[in-house]
Amino acid sequence: MTESRTTRLALKIATGIVLAFIYLPLIILAIYAFNPSRIQAWPPTGFTLHWFAEAAANPAVTRALTNSVIVATFATAVALVLGTLAAVGVARYSFFGRQTISFLLVLPIALPGVVTGVALRTSFVTLGVDFGLLTIIVGHATFCVVIAYNNVIARLRRLPRTPEEASGDLGADTFTTFRRITLPAMRTALLSGALLAFALSFDEIIVTNFTAGAGTQTVPMYILTAIQRPTELPVVNVVALILILVSVIPVYLAQRVSDVGTTAGGRT
Amino acid sequence: MTATSTSRPEATPRPAVSRRIAAWLHPRRRVQAALLLVGPLGWLTIAYFGALFILLMNAFWEKDAFTGNVIPFSWSLDAVEELISNPVYGTITLRTIGMALLVTATDALLAFPIAYYMARIASPRTRRLLVIAVLMPLWGAYLVKVYAWRTILQENGFLEWTLTPFGVGGPGLDEISNSWLVFSYLWLPYMILPLYAGLERVPHSLLEASADLGGKSWTTFRRVVLPLVFPSLVAGSIFTFSLTLGDYITPDLVSDAKFIGNVIYDNSTLGNLPLAAAYSLVPIIVMTIYLLIARRLGAFENL
Repeated sequence: MTESRTTRLALKIATGIVLAFIYLPLIILAIYAFNPSRIQAWPPTGFTLHWFAEAAANPAVTRALTNSVIVATFATAVALVLGTLAAVGVARYSFFGRQTISFLLVLPIALPGVVTGVALRTSFVTLGVDFGLLTIIVGHATFCVVIAYNNVIARLRRLPRTPEEASGDLGADTFTTFRRITLPAMRTALLSGALLAFALSFDEIIVTNFTAGAGTQTVPMYILTAIQRPTELPVVNVVALILILVSVIPVYLAQRVSDVGTTAGGRT
Repeated sequence: MTATSTSRPEATPRPAVSRRIAAWLHPRRRVQAALLLVGPLGWLTIAYFGALFILLMNAFWEKDAFTGNVIPFSWSLDAVEELISNPVYGTITLRTIGMALLVTATDALLAFPIAYYMARIASPRTRRLLVIAVLMPLWGAYLVKVYAWRTILQENGFLEWTLTPFGVGGPGLDEISNSWLVFSYLWLPYMILPLYAGLERVPHSLLEASADLGGKSWTTFRRVVLPLVFPSLVAGSIFTFSLTLGDYITPDLVSDAKFIGNVIYDNSTLGNLPLAAAYSLVPIIVMTIYLLIARRLGAFENL
């Protein structure tokens, strides 16, 4: 070991501080969700589950939840199909311009989300498309495709090709080989890609704000408008806690089913 | 050969058409690749590059003086001229780029110790737990995190409660330093993960060689470790820089300083699409330059 005892101890302490920095705000928010006081002030005055019932009875909250689930489901479905096709095409075939294509495919998450958002909004206005769930889904699909693509291609690059070749030699046609060899081998990558895309869509606000019309709200959009109204903050706290769980649990599950490292990478 | 193969007992019987298509496709690798890529690339071209193209055109179209609607194909430099003539846009551009650089530097400093601990000191078990601990809040709950900081920073919030015994007041929700703090918080995991991956790849033998040759810890770090993980650092900085460059929600919620994203969002929703479109060329150009530099520094192999 080249690191001295002091260095190791200092690094351990620094790690603890950074972890505390990462988790403290989330913990504080979770505590507020059980705070009986209507006024958002620290420290909390007690413990109650009242605001959970209030949130469940709030029509704006339930509508936003329904919208978010619909959007995330469709965006994930589109992302899985297109992302997988692209990943198989780029990973398993060699052709002119392959590097360029793999670069272009990840551009939607390399450029700031505000650019995607304003580009889509301008296009919808220019082409006369009405804003609604469909425009939100299109916006989400642009970056969810990248997530699915990244997960699947990371797996394909690691997989040996010999089973696919053996399958062909044994007489299986292209479709059979894909269905019985390639697809099972990348099943967990598809699952983690889907979980991450779903979580990302559920949580997205930067692009959504541009592509949702006045009438349609997702969960983050509900939170953003309700933040401005002090009387609604207790309900916002509950919704925020739900949003943490809905977006954090898939990341944890995705991590369990996929290899460490493949889930790194960008968002909008 | 595929078309004539005998069906095995476990093979599901399929219609002849699908087998004939498969047989025809089998030797034609280029057709296969084209069929696989036509969907995703078509989607990307229409939904993303098509949208960017329309955005670009809108930047050079005129706005109807009465209705405020953009008149397609009415070429004009009004929006660009307004951006250049009004100094406020230059100030906002510099402020945003400065903030993005500051946040990147902050995250690099914060990420190094934890990434180093994860990669080189922690036991394999602790390492796995730490990776998950850093990863879990990476994607989730962006808005909730900003909101959480809002409740911490605001009057009567957690920070004021902590600071009051020391005779210091809370920061309130106006300071631009709030944006710096919250941005650094939000994008920190994006810096930790590539740095961790980079540090994990540094061969231990090099560190021992440096020590054997008389290099002190600090010298080894500066002359051996840092040059080797520099590309990973740049890879992480792409995210911290790009995400700060385009964010308009965080500055709006925790401070009152405007950033590029705020100008774009406000103008696009309040009816000046050409100005929003023209101004969004700034982050596109800045990011393109940043990506080109990052590629030269070898960051793309470390993404």
